[in-house]
Amino acid sequence: MDLCRLTIHEASELLRHQEISSLELTQAVLDRIREVEGKVRAFVTITEDLALQQAEAADQRIQKGEATPLTGIPALIKDVICTKGVRTTCGSRMLENFVPPYDATVMEKLNACGIVMVGKANMDEFAMGSSTEHSAFFPTHNPWDLSRVPGGSSGGSAVAVAADEAIYALGSDTGGSIRQPAGFCNVAGFKLTYGRVSRYGLVAFASSLDQIGPLTKDATDCALVMNAIIGYEPRDSTSLPYPVPDYTRSLIPDLQGLRLGVPQEYFVSGMQKGVEEVMNSAIAKLEELGAEIDWGVSLPHTPYALAAYYIIAPSEASANLARYDGVKYGFSVQDAESMWDAMEKTKQFGFGPEVKRRIMLGTYALSAGYYDAYYLKAQKVRTLIRQEFDQAFERFDALITPTSPTVPFKIGEKVDDPLQMYLSDVCTLPINIAGIPAISIPAGFADGLPVGMQVIGKPLSEETLLRVAFAYEQATDWHKRRPPI
Amino acid sequence: MKLSREEVKHLALLARLGLSEAELERFREQLSNILENFETLQQVDTTDVEPTAHSIALENVLRDDEPAPSLPAEEVLANAPSQEEGHFKVRAVLE
Repeated sequence: MDLCRLTIHEASELLRHQEISSLELTQAVLDRIREVEGKVRAFVTITEDLALQQAEAADQRIQKGEATPLTGIPALIKDVICTKGVRTTCGSRMLENFVPPYDATVMEKLNACGIVMVGKANMDEFAMGSSTEHSAFFPTHNPWDLSRVPGGSSGGSAVAVAADEAIYALGSDTGGSIRQPAGFCNVAGFKLTYGRVSRYGLVAFASSLDQIGPLTKDATDCALVMNAIIGYEPRDSTSLPYPVPDYTRSLIPDLQGLRLGVPQEYFVSGMQKGVEEVMNSAIAKLEELGAEIDWGVSLPHTPYALAAYYIIAPSEASANLARYDGVKYGFSVQDAESMWDAMEKTKQFGFGPEVKRRIMLGTYALSAGYYDAYYLKAQKVRTLIRQEFDQAFERFDALITPTSPTVPFKIGEKVDDPLQMYLSDVCTLPINIAGIPAISIPAGFADGLPVGMQVIGKPLSEETLLRVAFAYEQATDWHKRRPPI
Repeated sequence: MKLSREEVKHLALLARLGLSEAELERFREQLSNILENFETLQQVDTTDVEPTAHSIALENVLRDDEPAPSLPAEEVLANAPSQEEGHFKVRAVLE
């Protein structure tokens, strides 16, 4: 048995019955990291010593009968989530040596569950990007084809799960940063309802859009991680004060009585034929499972979501990233003529090109004379996009779209063309604008490369989305396929 | 929307972002191109539409004013590029 290939629920069963130990499982994962990491480069930091200590502690806890489903399970954490005592770089020179003095809320929760953290995941700098090529350190490679990108910004998290370098991972999603890489790497990735997971300790990119979520090998594992990380938390004032269900109860293998809509606007311009074919078969499968499908749904404001997003997100980023002034922490240019000169040079040499581009774009959209035409206009379009979703959810339990219009693209193909790169988020970013949940699950393959299916729901409908994901998985085996490395 | 060099310089100043000459020219081209594409937004009729800053309807979230321990000063200062006697050290603001 190759232990690193286990899901959370499989490993958890074996641990509970003491058929394997967390130490054995962790060793197997660390061996796998040594075997493939040189090819894929998913990790910014490998925390081997910490993982082994945590595994030993987990084994003691399991022996006492005090285990939770995540106790002793090796996981990778995106490097945008603060981990006390373990450097948190955000994929940036700016935070290359930053060691957080506190844990993010999700880390407090996972530590309480007995996590084994194997490392911190590579990502596009400050989560800005769709390919992980904007990491200040190195690009991450897609294990299905090493010459292609894994998607982004949570590329390291998606690759590690796909290549069995971690049993599960956490990512963050501002415009598709969990779902698009999940789709590109053939794993499940869930962007939860805005406010469901505390953002305390998540390094801010665009505060009204950012949300932490799981990347896992299947829907059951998503439910288990959600049970652990979701919930109200007063240190994030946008945290939703609602009770948390047991998400494993929504794992029902049929779709009887569910009404699913297919919005036409997600199936046009620039979509690859192979992706469309996979989607058509996947939707036909959902129908076989008992769902009622309406292929003719229209969300007419969808084409404006891209522009609205790329005004709102950079505007919020330009404000959030103003804090990196080289005074309190992070990279700092000391050799300067004045305070302003030091600040300008710190940002010039601490930030990479995509982060600078977005700071400039956001500063423009918020500046005097352009605020109404850009930022305010984008916020009004945001209202229309949300209303359109609300109306659709009066008729449908969920909407089905591709996660991305293309299969993973080549490394280097879009990195110098920001607009083309932005277009790879075209199917995922309307969901963040509306603040609603969506999961990407493995839907099939086109030319040997993974295609993700996105299932979108109304606020707090995570259980319905898990049911669709679980039922589809029970009827297919795409999620069990592993990359050839 | 074609941006001039001066406009790009002004934006960099507002953001306190140092840029090389080459970056200035690159961003002038790229931002002009991006903004030109985003002009499609002006086609949307937003008469009587309220802006959305946040997707959830939470307002005026308050907490009880209860004292709680802060992070230890030495741990917070451990990341400081420059410090002195338990404080962040900054350059002179007024010359």
